[in-house]
Amino acid sequence: MEWANQLCENRQFGSKMTDSKYFTTTKKGEIFELKAELNSDKKEKKKEAVKKVIASMTVGKDVSALFPDVVNCMQTDNLELKKLVYLYLMNYAKSQPDMAIMAVNTFVKDCEDANPLIRALAVRTMGCIRVDKITEYLCEPLRKCLKDEDPYVRKTAAVCVAKLHDINAQLVEDQGFLDTLKDLISDSNPMVVANAVAALSEIAESHPNSNLLDLNPQSINKLLTALNECTEWGQIFILDCLANYTPRDDRESQSICERVTPRLSHANSAVVLSAVKVLMKFMEMLPKDLDYYGTLLKKLAPPLVTLLSAEPELQYVALRNINLIVQKRPEILKHEMKVFFVKYNDPIYVKLEKLDIMIRLASQANIAQVLAELKEYATEVDVDFVRKAVRAIGRCAIKVEQSAERCVSTLLDLIQTKVNYVVQEAIVVIKDIFRKYPNKYESVIATLCENLDSLDEPEARAAMIWIVGEYAERIDNADELLESFLEGFHDESTQVQLQLLTAIVKLFLKKPTETQELVQQVLSLATQDSDNPDLRDRGYIYWRLLSTDPVAAKEVVLAEKPLISEETDLIEPTLLEELICHIGTLASVYHKPPSAFVEGSRGVMHKRLPARTGSGESTESPDVGTAAGGSAPEAAPSIIPSQGDLLGDLLNLDMAPPTTTGPPPPNTGMQMGGMDLLGGGLDSLLGGDIGGSPAMGAGFGAAPAVMPASLNAPVGGGLGDLFDLGGGVGMPMGAYIPPKTVWLPAMKAKGLEISGTFARRAGVIQMELILTNKAMSVMTDFAIQFNRNSFGLAPAGPLQVLTPLGPNQTIEVSLPLSTVGPVMKMDPLNNLQVAVKNNIDVFYFSCQYPISMLFVEDGKMERQVFLATWKDIPNDNESQFQIKDCHLNSDAASSKLQGSNIFTIAKRTVEGQDMLYMSIKLSNGIWVLAELRVQAGNPNYTISLKCRAPEVSQCVFQCYEAVLKN
Amino acid sequence: MIGGLFIYNHKGEVLISRVYRDDIGRNAVDAFRVNVIHARQQVRSPVTNIARTSFFHVKRSNIWLAAVTKQNVNAAMVFEFLYKMCDVMASYFGKISEENIKNNFVLIYELLDEILDFGYPQNSETGALKTFITQQGIKGQFQTKEEQSQITSQVTGQIGWRREGIKYRRNELFLDVLESVNLLMSPQGQVLSAHVSGRVVMKSYLSGMPECKFGMNDKIVIDKAGKGGVTNEAGKSTSGKQSIAIDDCTFNQCVRLSKFDSERSISFIPPDGDYELMRYRTTKDIILPFRVIPLVREVGRTKLEVKVVIKSNFKPSLLAQKIEVRIPTPLNTSGVQVICMKGKAKYKASENAIVWKIKRMAGMKESQISAEIELLPTNDKKKWARPPISMNFEVPFAPSGLKVRYLKVFESKLNYSDHDVVKWVRYIGRSGIYETRC
Repeated sequence: MEWANQLCENRQFGSKMTDSKYFTTTKKGEIFELKAELNSDKKEKKKEAVKKVIASMTVGKDVSALFPDVVNCMQTDNLELKKLVYLYLMNYAKSQPDMAIMAVNTFVKDCEDANPLIRALAVRTMGCIRVDKITEYLCEPLRKCLKDEDPYVRKTAAVCVAKLHDINAQLVEDQGFLDTLKDLISDSNPMVVANAVAALSEIAESHPNSNLLDLNPQSINKLLTALNECTEWGQIFILDCLANYTPRDDRESQSICERVTPRLSHANSAVVLSAVKVLMKFMEMLPKDLDYYGTLLKKLAPPLVTLLSAEPELQYVALRNINLIVQKRPEILKHEMKVFFVKYNDPIYVKLEKLDIMIRLASQANIAQVLAELKEYATEVDVDFVRKAVRAIGRCAIKVEQSAERCVSTLLDLIQTKVNYVVQEAIVVIKDIFRKYPNKYESVIATLCENLDSLDEPEARAAMIWIVGEYAERIDNADELLESFLEGFHDESTQVQLQLLTAIVKLFLKKPTETQELVQQVLSLATQDSDNPDLRDRGYIYWRLLSTDPVAAKEVVLAEKPLISEETDLIEPTLLEELICHIGTLASVYHKPPSAFVEGSRGVMHKRLPARTGSGESTESPDVGTAAGGSAPEAAPSIIPSQGDLLGDLLNLDMAPPTTTGPPPPNTGMQMGGMDLLGGGLDSLLGGDIGGSPAMGAGFGAAPAVMPASLNAPVGGGLGDLFDLGGGVGMPMGAYIPPKTVWLPAMKAKGLEISGTFARRAGVIQMELILTNKAMSVMTDFAIQFNRNSFGLAPAGPLQVLTPLGPNQTIEVSLPLSTVGPVMKMDPLNNLQVAVKNNIDVFYFSCQYPISMLFVEDGKMERQVFLATWKDIPNDNESQFQIKDCHLNSDAASSKLQGSNIFTIAKRTVEGQDMLYMSIKLSNGIWVLAELRVQAGNPNYTISLKCRAPEVSQCVFQCYEAVLKN
Repeated sequence: MIGGLFIYNHKGEVLISRVYRDDIGRNAVDAFRVNVIHARQQVRSPVTNIARTSFFHVKRSNIWLAAVTKQNVNAAMVFEFLYKMCDVMASYFGKISEENIKNNFVLIYELLDEILDFGYPQNSETGALKTFITQQGIKGQFQTKEEQSQITSQVTGQIGWRREGIKYRRNELFLDVLESVNLLMSPQGQVLSAHVSGRVVMKSYLSGMPECKFGMNDKIVIDKAGKGGVTNEAGKSTSGKQSIAIDDCTFNQCVRLSKFDSERSISFIPPDGDYELMRYRTTKDIILPFRVIPLVREVGRTKLEVKVVIKSNFKPSLLAQKIEVRIPTPLNTSGVQVICMKGKAKYKASENAIVWKIKRMAGMKESQISAEIELLPTNDKKKWARPPISMNFEVPFAPSGLKVRYLKVFESKLNYSDHDVVKWVRYIGRSGIYETRC
């Protein structure tokens, strides 16, 4: 075989010369042989040798050692050989600057050659030889060539000026080449004009403030004339240059547009896109009521659609640009939805881009078609594409309200497929749908919960946790579900951890009785066992919030969330404007400003769209930015900032809003803002209460004197303090709130179900009610009234049910109560009779309130007074109770009780038994004194109560028991 | 602008490397190979940014062409240039293959030197290039002064696509209207999207510098003429179907665009030989030559029954050719039994499809295929995606309804008139992406 191959090769060599053989030589001593061949007398052999050298160069071998030998071949009248030698020179001149000088003479001579092709070749090549010593010699030949009689030489020389400028800008300016180049814009030959424009544009980019291009109506006119005559590439150079011009007024703008529009029919997509760029930019200046404005809008759509029948790579570029155009002027393509339907054989990058544009164009008119398509796509093979399609369905639901229901059912169908990534993606978007349409689609939660186990991606897990937390009151086993996530807390990603923390706090605020342990667990996991500062900070904030003021905590954590906006993924308007000025270029493909990916000074200048001005004001291209920066787009849609609102984020608005492709906001500034907010926020949030506030949990009470000072100190200190505090006592608690119970079952009240509880928040007694309409008709006109009762409780305001309560709807209201109503002793003492009225009937029920909500904040008695009072009250009024199975130590018990305004005045330890002396003041001024005996190791407490009105003792004792055991 | 241009074979070995800008180093060649050609994943974008350097690539068979830059270049232009480069190479040495590229590497370097200067594309019309860059080496040294200046004026001139002094004994024109009709239909027979993308391809063998004018049944032109009065009567009676609405069209650079924009007339000086005069797109009143009616039934977990009916929908006197219906089958297909009324059908396991071929079919006919597909039981949870049924065919008419009304040739300097030119017109309609979902 071996010899056969060789034979073949030899025969090939002999009969037909094929150049591919140059790629195969890998012998030793090759360089040496080549050297000999290069110096051969035979022309053919020389040429062959140079070819071999070039082939070696191509594949990356270093053949620079042959420099002198190759350059020796330069003096030849064989144009092919000459070109090869030039190719070699361009590659290696830089590494052999001294030897490269040898070539100068030839260049100078060639520039005088009678053959214009050779003159052009010389001037083209010498610009590529980046050796300082040589460039100086080249100035004279270049000057001559710029004025050559042959246009071919002139167009080559024009580009050479740009080359020279790249090597030595100063030299080009000193030699006056820039002026000569400017003159070439008026050349009679269109290609010379085009190349001169290209060269000047490039040079101008590195001199942002020079007035090099000096565009004025006269020169623009010349460019527009050349536009009709030059090659397709030349047209691109000219159009790209035109796009930098700012017309003086709308009339000039219109006349340029009129002369540019014919380019939209060019076969070359780049010509079309560059023309679109000019038109999109100049359109800004046209008054919208102008007929021509409408005509122009109509003219833009067909060529954009035609770009989609180009080759896939160009389709991709076109689609990225259309994405921008659709955001800037949605009206252009609003009727062209169908052309963006994905074809089965489209490359994946085309598919993904089309999908993006489909969502942008989705509207009520076409939503049915779009949904049908999306459903089809969701069954395709490519995972990324399928995910995006699922996401798109969710986006449609958010964008077009009428379609929301259909979208949700489509998503549920997809969840039924049980394809893992489809399910996860669907859950992520359903979360957004919940946020957009609250209280509408929660019936699907059950289906979602079924898929809990299959979720393995952080985003999907976080979304699911959010849903569970947000709708905890409707999910019976919400605590179990969340608890199951808690097991592997430390293995979860930050996103999931944060979400889990928030969700459990929400759950706690909604169902405080059953979930106390859970919330303690998550708070300690977040604050004590985690290294993540974000997580720790959020944990501490929740902790403090809960301990200081559960009412505020509820208001903050369960606050109404702002609706998410319809349009997502929008590019920020100023960036969009800049990108519109870069249509067709890489910036428009990346959706990033050139400064993001171009090094050095080039392209750093920010471009802006011109303002819609009348006339008179003339702004030239380089400073358009400052002159016309103010042109804000009409009615910019508001977007939820992706990471802007840190406070909002902390307080549970953190569900990442639908992902944005836009660039992230500058990071440093953001974080600084965050620090400030945190510091200030903490001060105002907690500072007020901390200064000896009686409501303050006893856990924090350990260092009450130090705290205000440290919190007013700079942020760092405050934070440090936070950490210190967390280490100590267990769970600081607010006032005890009994769980909600059903007071009025629906059966007894024609479909109205009322459940509720009482709470004391910041000194105000509140009745917290949940009204549920289980009837078929809407309920309105709610009102509430109390019967006379032991402590004169009465509503302090009307029942705030403002909206009609629809069937199956639920509303939570809290009703502030006063204690100044008519008094009548009830039995039991804490019984309350209530009447509720609505448009259907009046209903009566009775309930019992915990007396602890009547304990006022200033119930701490002076020690001396306590002693005196204790003695003063007759022993007959003393009653003793046992509290069984309470495992708190005396400090913890004291701190818990203090949350409910039962104040410990003194503590004594006698023979291992802690004696706590406490005082309570009721809202009607009755004092209750208590002695609590806690024996270490004994879970049974003994409590003695002394009061002038011994009737309350029983109730007070019940409170003790409830508070200590919950 | 373009900083460099590389050509690689399928293994990622460099065949051609030409650097135009100083900011592009040799490592760029390797960066593309490592990150794109040898990338483990499928290429997700034709534009790749590696370390602040952008790579644009296109692939022709197994050859990679990559343009590289560090600036904010006109991306559309770069791709257009890469396509043009492929065209130019193909017109010089045929298929773009590793072998051909290696055999012509000197020629390719010469071309790259000529058509890209400092990364700016220059005249790349093969007609002009071939006057001075040839596979036999460069013409130039033996040319006369006149010839030289003729070359340079053609390369830089207004009519860069045609040289002067062309002579034919017989002046002939061949005009082909080539249309590809695209369809996406729902299983229920609803047209989800349909469009025709058409091309007017010419071969002209005309002497001198002729001025040509091309006319077709463009609705805008006909309606305009209608308002004018007299002239349209004749026009309307001759063309059966009156006029068609063209959504958009693009033209070869020889066509005077400003004239089309103002008068909607297509006038040009044609290049010599083959060229594409225009492309157009229509979406209204398209004649869909075939209708595919699919019926797929899943019988249990291991069997599929497929029945597909095709109906031809054009004049009975016309014949469609090269009809091929491709019915995708699931990946776990173990066996297929096919019965078809006409033509031949075969299950191709390697392509996961049943391919049904019919040589010829007249208009207004219908034919049917039924197949039983046996499936291997799998525990793959994922459902089969049911790709659409696709179809190929060729019909001797233009599905858009486009008709050529005239093609006039004027050459004032030479003494031949429009009547002396022999003109041939042909209509071919082919399937583009012609799919019916099932």
